[in-house]
Amino acid sequence: MLRTALRNVFAHKARLLMTVLAVLLGVAFVSGTLVFTSTISDAYQKSSEKGFSNVDLALEPSGGKESGRGAPGKQTRLSQATLDKARDLPGASTVTGSVSGFAALAGKDGKLVGEGWQSTGANYYAGPGEKGKDARYPMSEGRAPQRGGEIALDQKTAERTGYKVGDTARLSIDGPVRKDRVVGVFTTDDGNVAAGGTLVLFDTSTAQRLFSAPGQYDQVTLEAAAGTSQAELKSQAQKILPDGAEAVTGKKLASEQSKAIEKSMSGMQTGMLVFAGISLFVGIFIIANTFTMLVTQRTKELALLRAVGASRRQVTRSVLIEALVVGTVAAVAGLAAGVGIGAALRSLMGEIGATVPDGPLVVDSSAVVTSLVTGIVVTVLAAWLPARRAAKIPPVAAMSSVHATATVRSLVVRNSIGALFAAAGTALVLYAATLDSAGEGDLPMGLGAAVLLIGMFVLTPLLSRPVIAAAAPLMRVFGVSGKLARQNSVRNPRRTAATASALMIGLTLITGMTVIAGSVQEAIDKMATQSFKADYTISMANFTPLAPQVEKKLERDGQITASSPMRNSPARVGKEVEYMTGVNGETIGELTDLDFTSGSFDGLTGDKVVVDKKTADSRKWKVGSAFPVVYEDGKKGTLTVSGVYKGNEMLQGMLLDTGTLDPHMERITSMQVMVKTADGASESAKSSLEKALGNNPAILVQDREDLSESIAEIFTLMLNMLYGLLAMAVIVAVLGVVNTLAMSVFERSQEIGMLRAIGLERRGVKRMVRLESLVISLFGGVLGIGLGVFFGWSAGELIASSLPQYSLVVPWERIGLFLALAAAVGMLAALWPARRAAKLNMLAAIKSE
Amino acid sequence: MTTTYTGVDATAPAPAGVAAARATDLTKVYGQGETKVVALDHVSVEFRKAEFTAIMGPSGSGKSTLMHCMAGLDTVSGGSALIGGTDLTKLKDKKLTQLRRDRIGFIFQAYNLLPTLNALENITLPLDIAGQKPDKAWLDRVIETVGLSGRLKHRPSELSGGQQQRVAVARALASRPEIIFGDEPTGNLDSRSGAEVLGFLRNSVRELGQTIVMVTHDPVAASYADRVIFLADGRIVDDMFGPTAESVLERMKSLDSRVRTS
Repeated sequence: MLRTALRNVFAHKARLLMTVLAVLLGVAFVSGTLVFTSTISDAYQKSSEKGFSNVDLALEPSGGKESGRGAPGKQTRLSQATLDKARDLPGASTVTGSVSGFAALAGKDGKLVGEGWQSTGANYYAGPGEKGKDARYPMSEGRAPQRGGEIALDQKTAERTGYKVGDTARLSIDGPVRKDRVVGVFTTDDGNVAAGGTLVLFDTSTAQRLFSAPGQYDQVTLEAAAGTSQAELKSQAQKILPDGAEAVTGKKLASEQSKAIEKSMSGMQTGMLVFAGISLFVGIFIIANTFTMLVTQRTKELALLRAVGASRRQVTRSVLIEALVVGTVAAVAGLAAGVGIGAALRSLMGEIGATVPDGPLVVDSSAVVTSLVTGIVVTVLAAWLPARRAAKIPPVAAMSSVHATATVRSLVVRNSIGALFAAAGTALVLYAATLDSAGEGDLPMGLGAAVLLIGMFVLTPLLSRPVIAAAAPLMRVFGVSGKLARQNSVRNPRRTAATASALMIGLTLITGMTVIAGSVQEAIDKMATQSFKADYTISMANFTPLAPQVEKKLERDGQITASSPMRNSPARVGKEVEYMTGVNGETIGELTDLDFTSGSFDGLTGDKVVVDKKTADSRKWKVGSAFPVVYEDGKKGTLTVSGVYKGNEMLQGMLLDTGTLDPHMERITSMQVMVKTADGASESAKSSLEKALGNNPAILVQDREDLSESIAEIFTLMLNMLYGLLAMAVIVAVLGVVNTLAMSVFERSQEIGMLRAIGLERRGVKRMVRLESLVISLFGGVLGIGLGVFFGWSAGELIASSLPQYSLVVPWERIGLFLALAAAVGMLAALWPARRAAKLNMLAAIKSE
Repeated sequence: MTTTYTGVDATAPAPAGVAAARATDLTKVYGQGETKVVALDHVSVEFRKAEFTAIMGPSGSGKSTLMHCMAGLDTVSGGSALIGGTDLTKLKDKKLTQLRRDRIGFIFQAYNLLPTLNALENITLPLDIAGQKPDKAWLDRVIETVGLSGRLKHRPSELSGGQQQRVAVARALASRPEIIFGDEPTGNLDSRSGAEVLGFLRNSVRELGQTIVMVTHDPVAASYADRVIFLADGRIVDDMFGPTAESVLERMKSLDSRVRTS
């Protein structure tokens, strides 16, 4: 039986081609994902290991160095005294203090270099007496920065921007522009730099002034003396630790970072694998279609095998062996293609600026095994039903001289099951849509969607007739070709359905996501623009805090009629930490448009505070309620509620006057500044504002339109990524249509020959095949878009419960585009089968057997 | 009978007709070198209007090839094939297709109906392809002649073999082609259905003035024709007018034995 199976594979090479391609693409997607993510994560891993190579122990505020501004009243930094004590530890050889923060660097063209959140500034720690060298940053050119006004740049950034030693560079830390002289260029193992970020070094005291406070460090790292272990060093250091700080060994730091890298990579990996799974799922339809047809074609041959004594199991097995061979070939080829994709993706990421650390391509055994197993299992599973059908062919079929026609089995059972599933799924989705919170609704919604989708798969053969019949008037335009195409497309409803379903899945997802994203974007846009009356908001490009100088500068600007900063400071209320927002109590009413349920912004000074309804409800506050509070600096106070408003994503929590909040803030900074100008938003007002702020690359001046645009940008980017990932599923669906058409042309060669003989031109034959393809693709497209809109609507109902501004936006333009896409899929898929049909040898086709 | 037969027998009683189709020195060669097969060897023949001609010959004699070449279904290696005054060998595929559509009718052995169309739609298919409206009166007459009036809405799968072939005959007649070619039109039918179909064909020649050329290997079928042409080894070896089943059978036997001994 093995030999028969192998012979069959070779005999049907061409017909198996599409199947192989479909599996190959899916497997390539899987292995590409695995190779890419493990390569990247390996590279990051190595670079982070390097980064910790000369750290044996780190002293830092409890909970990591990021939590410097954590709980109120517990501000911990490491002082010069701690560093000096650390140096005296018997087990320490080198001790380094470091301090870092955001530092935007402008290129020679005045624009921000790199992405905002990867722009870092840090200190060059030259040791006691400023005489030593910082081992982390070996200078390749020039010298280290020694005083204010001097900086050093990392080599990659220097190359990218063209800055050389002696040039003056423009920088911004928290708003105002600084001009500093580049005195050196250094190389570094810093992970952030390896990943494409910029690093600017200052001398230690300048860096402390900019990022913390004089004599204060974020972190102190120690290198152990020879013969001292990390653990020994740690126990020595415990004695000198100030309150609220901890000592962490280098090993632990490295392993924590490696865990964090793995975690972020595995999220990305899962996301990509989901899409790979979708395209493999779509591939199943093609595989099943192909094997069904191969079995039908070989009815006589298989019956003969049965007649000469092959058992049912042997027949099934022979078909499955065929599938196994096909699956293996496709999986191996897919794996190879996937390794290529992984390598290509990495260099692509380099191209678009997101530099990843260098490292070898990692193809680990788990990637190989997963890819191969997936490809083979999917193929064999998809061939299972056709194989079982093959075994049911009665031996007598070998004897009958009648040309074996496909038996049309009743669809009654199938339709009943499908209707049941579709109805249950719809009901569940509708039920979920009425639920109030996303938390309860998620599960029934997902389950309902899955059940409905399955129901639709099962029902597509039934749906194919009425839906395609509806296209009849359109097809009439194309004369006899159109009529024949329409009828041909419903001749084998199961096959048409399987082909269309493959396309349906892709378009359902694409449409659903487009609807949801479009609606959410609209809602957020409404929220962002409606709750503000300010003409402009001013913030840092990466939304890090803005220095108070900025608002002072703005206050001096004549065209501004009202402005208010938005400070942000943690405070303890009861047992919990709440973030308080400091605003200008006099002007805030002019700058925002909040919906007050009681009270107002009036007289927001002193101990007055307005809170959003959610907070007020949960704490059972009303206008007039007073509550105690512990500010950031640990001082206690009492606040009185003077208004309750409906919060939204842009503005929520407690708002109080800056006059009340500022004295308690350690560093007075704002998240953004809102301004209103005399003549409203205009290009000239904007550019004069930008000018007033020193044309600072790190500062963003946005009017409401800019805000909408930047929101739209985020959504567009997200949607484009999803489209890109789903494109694979669509490509596989195209292969499915090609496959089905090729089968149809092959099966109907006699008919096509006759049509040619009685006078249908080649063009007419081509058109017939093309139209059939178009009908099948549009059928799948219409179903997919319909389902997608339905899912989009129902998911939206769920979202609306937590996003009051949400309302369904049906993107008609996009839907038109998707229909056009389905049509294009049809035309593209028909290219080759139509050519084949037109070239068919008439005589061979009509000669009787 | 070893001399090459060329052209029309001048001594035969020719009806006062003009040629509907004519072949001159028609040659068809398959393959090259060692595997070269000469299917038609300088065949010249003329089919007259309103005449029913049968082409006979043993398997491999080239009778089907002759029909395919004359009907513009196959290319020729040499010589010319004319339908009316048009030389098919000079036509490109597009023109040739149009000529088949507008001027030639076909009846195949395996009926070759489209299973998705009903009987009437199958009959008017060539007209639909040409984008023409059928001549209602003519169509009714044809349908009545082949006796399908009650079955026009049936699909081919709901018709018997004889009925299907009658649909095929009606399809060939519907567009009033200059000439109809039949490839073993009764090959798949039982004798009664076969006789029916052949009767229609003969009637359409007698009553409707249709020209028909039919390839067959059945002497009884050939006896319905006005004239029988015998082919062997790619050459015309005899031409018989007013054939009977017996005379045709006699001739075939002699051809068969000749082929076997050669």
